Amino acid sequence: MKKNNQRSIPKRVPMREQSAKERALNFNEVALGYGPEEAVAEASRCLQCKSAPCMRGCPVEVDIPSFVSLIAEGDFDAAIKKIKEKNCLPAICGRVCPQENQCEKFCTLSKKGEPLAIGRLEKFVADHERESGKISLPKKKGPTNKKVAVIGSGPAGLACAGDLAKLGHSVTIFEALHKSGGVLAYGIPEFRLPKTVVEKEIDFIKKLGAEIKTNIVIGKTKMIDELFSEGYDAVFLGTGAGLPRFLRVPGENLNGVYSANEFLTRANLMKAYLFPKYDTPIKRGENVVVVGGGNVAMDSARTALRLGAKNVYLLYRRTEEEMPARREEVQHAKEEGIKFRILATPKRFIGVDGWITAVECIKTRLGEPDESGRRKPVIKEGSDFLLPADVVIIAIGTMANPVLLEATPDIELNGKGYIAVKKNFRTSKEGVFAGGDITTGSATVILAIGTGKTAALEINNYLLT
Amino acid sequence: MFKILKKEKLAPLVFGFEIEAPEIARKAKPGQFVVLRIDELGERIPLTIYDFNEKNSSISLIFQEVGKTTRQLASLSRGDFIGDVVGPLGKPSEIKNFGTVVCVAGGVGAAVIFPIARALKKAGNRVITILGARNKELLILEKELSSISDDFFITTDDGSKGKCGVCTDILEGLIEGGQEINRVIAVGPAIMMKFVCETTRPHGIKMIVSLNSIMVDGTGMCGSCRVTVGGETKFCCVDGPEFDGHLVDFDELMNRQKMYLEEENTSLKEHEAKELKKGKCGCKRDK
Ligand SMILES: Cc1cc2nc3c(=O)[nH]c(=O)nc-3n(C[C@H](O)[C@H](O)[C@H](O)COP(=O)(O)OP(=O)(O)OC[C@H]3O[C@@H](n4cnc5c(N)ncnc54)[C@H](O)[C@@H]3O)c2cc1C
Ligand SMILES: Cc1cc2nc3c(=O)[nH]c(=O)nc-3n(C[C@H](O)[C@H](O)[C@H](O)COP(=O)(O)OP(=O)(O)OC[C@H]3O[C@@H](n4cnc5c(N)ncnc54)[C@H](O)[C@@H]3O)c2cc1C
Ligand code: FES
Repeated sequence: MKKNNQRSIPKRVPMREQSAKERALNFNEVALGYGPEEAVAEASRCLQCKSAPCMRGCPVEVDIPSFVSLIAEGDFDAAIKKIKEKNCLPAICGRVCPQENQCEKFCTLSKKGEPLAIGRLEKFVADHERESGKISLPKKKGPTNKKVAVIGSGPAGLACAGDLAKLGHSVTIFEALHKSGGVLAYGIPEFRLPKTVVEKEIDFIKKLGAEIKTNIVIGKTKMIDELFSEGYDAVFLGTGAGLPRFLRVPGENLNGVYSANEFLTRANLMKAYLFPKYDTPIKRGENVVVVGGGNVAMDSARTALRLGAKNVYLLYRRTEEEMPARREEVQHAKEEGIKFRILATPKRFIGVDGWITAVECIKTRLGEPDESGRRKPVIKEGSDFLLPADVVIIAIGTMANPVLLEATPDIELNGKGYIAVKKNFRTSKEGVFAGGDITTGSATVILAIGTGKTAALEINNYLLT
Repeated sequence: MFKILKKEKLAPLVFGFEIEAPEIARKAKPGQFVVLRIDELGERIPLTIYDFNEKNSSISLIFQEVGKTTRQLASLSRGDFIGDVVGPLGKPSEIKNFGTVVCVAGGVGAAVIFPIARALKKAGNRVITILGARNKELLILEKELSSISDDFFITTDDGSKGKCGVCTDILEGLIEGGQEINRVIAVGPAIMMKFVCETTRPHGIKMIVSLNSIMVDGTGMCGSCRVTVGGETKFCCVDGPEFDGHLVDFDELMNRQKMYLEEENTSLKEHEAKELKKGKCGCKRDK
């Protein structure tokens, strides 16, 4: 490591991936990842800065310099242990974290060239551990005889449950769907996050001692107050922001128009891309229009492409600059042939006999910045144009799902309809904590993990004082 | 895993299951439904909770074989397991003493209306039930419904039992005969519900329908089940399944129900081919 002279930084070791042409036709993972030599070579680029600026960018404060140096020494087992001290879902984070805005953004190397590929290294050691089958469990504290119910098995719930189990509490996760993982299971596609990887990471949380009960909707099957009367001492809500938003323009309920949540749930959770082997159907469009510019829009577009679409248009009302999607995903989408139509928005959906046939769009330009600091799109009157479409996917964001919230009027919400939490992740209801997207609105996996972990500490304090 | 405690054949292609599901049995209310998935390869489908028995820790479902999933479900027997059952979902029916309520059930809609009618009766309503089907073989729950109804009518399209015609004929007769009606509840095929709504609309009678849109999760997460009610998009699984019938866009509902006809056919054909291979011709399905 020391031999890296500041003036001549070696280039980032490229990661092998399926070619754009090949991968556009299958659902296999795009990134093939580093091999051991590549990982060691990349890790050796680390400058081991004393101040570790990278750690400032990590919401869960993984000791990045230490795990990277362990990889450079070839001690992969120790490296993964180091990561798992802070992050119990590394194979997932190594794949889906927006490292470019987090750890890698602060990497000293980025001032002179390409930052250290921290995400790829994390993925490498996590995969190495999983493939070797030697999964080591961290030390657990002795049983506290306290019971905690965690609602929702997305990253927030999993992280919270894992940490609570490590602290010696008895933890049960309640999940509404038949499968655990939240967005990791139903939203993010196989080609970006293989489901076997998600399952294995969830197995790890179970091995830590957390029990998962699927098919239970809290607020319907069971109420929060019942959990307390059944002997739970605290409750963590990690129910996500799962209610899809629609555009509210004419024709939105035509056949062939999907919310991204529905399209991705059919494809990922229900495996509709393997229909008819799997029973759940999905419409395979020839001309697909995806509305939105985030990760969800990219995932929808790339899924539609893999389902056999000839043309996939991505309609976004701002420019590529403002797209909230990860750069890498935008890049991948473009390489695969997704056609970007920026500065345009749907005006209405046109159908024949109840089926979508085209999207009437209108062009936009960027006006003054809005509250989020991004420039607001302004309609250009008279600039209408048509895009042919037999499938449309609306990926313009989500809101808080009302099922649990309606059943618990004593939990206060914030102005945007999400659960209001204090600094210590407490809600207005005694013994009930919350974290992840249900408190922040749609954010990131690592932020959900971060809030889940901090909430676990707060719950621990609450239980032991 | 959810154990099938009892299986019953109610009509050609209509079956009743009693399923062990203590948590759902404890919470279920009239008008609510479950979503089930038979196995790992299966689709998630909604079925109304026909009855619930807290003591037995069980719920009852009644379903008609219409496609692949219900066909496969019908091939299961007592002692078999269903992989996933989640519920109770949807908003419960509004149960109050409204006065006189007419319950109109078409086909397997009888299974949906029974728990509602029973609860309405218990709440002190005068319950008039109109049960309709294509022919007498397809009538289900005749005994059950008539036992909780103050007045009970049957209609069949072919006149093989009860009055020949459709349920709206009887309803019209009641209205025109001066019967005071405070509320009408209709459950059945969308087209039938639409006609019932058209019958009550001119008389300004409060009209409730239970909609059967295509669902996936049943928890408000996907929007597959969206319906237009009073010009607004609603999610049938969480905002419904019951809505004010006079505000429902039935044409849109019927259109959306047809979204996967092609795939449903493929799925059923594949399933039939597999059944044939296994030597099941289908004739043992009711065992
Ligand atoms: C398609 C898509 C792609 C994304 N890509 C990325 C990415 O590349 N990188 C990134 O960092 N982030 C990405 N995100 C965002 C990220 O996935 C979320 O921010 C994160 O999953 C939020 O975690 P969570 O635990 O708060 O909630 P969720 O993951 O939404 O999990 C909530 C869980 O709670 C369950 N639940 C809800 N209500 C109840 C109830 N009443 N009872 C029981 N269970 C209930 C739900 O079924 C669900 O399983 C993406 C999101 C989507 C949709
Ligand atoms: C709230 C609700 C309650 C219901 N209660 C009952 C009941 O008590 N008894 C009963 O027999 N039927 C009930 N249904 C209808 C039942 O869900 C469908 O008959 C079943 O899903 C058909 O599946 P299939 O694979 O056998 O047939 P398919 O061949 O797949 O479909 C036949 C028709 O059923 C509808 N359908 C298909 N898939 C779904 C789905 N995932 N969700 C909803 N509808 C679908 C479509 O309109 C389709 O054309 C209910 C539906 C809803 C929405
Ligand atoms: S079935 Fe998914 S939102 Fe209603």
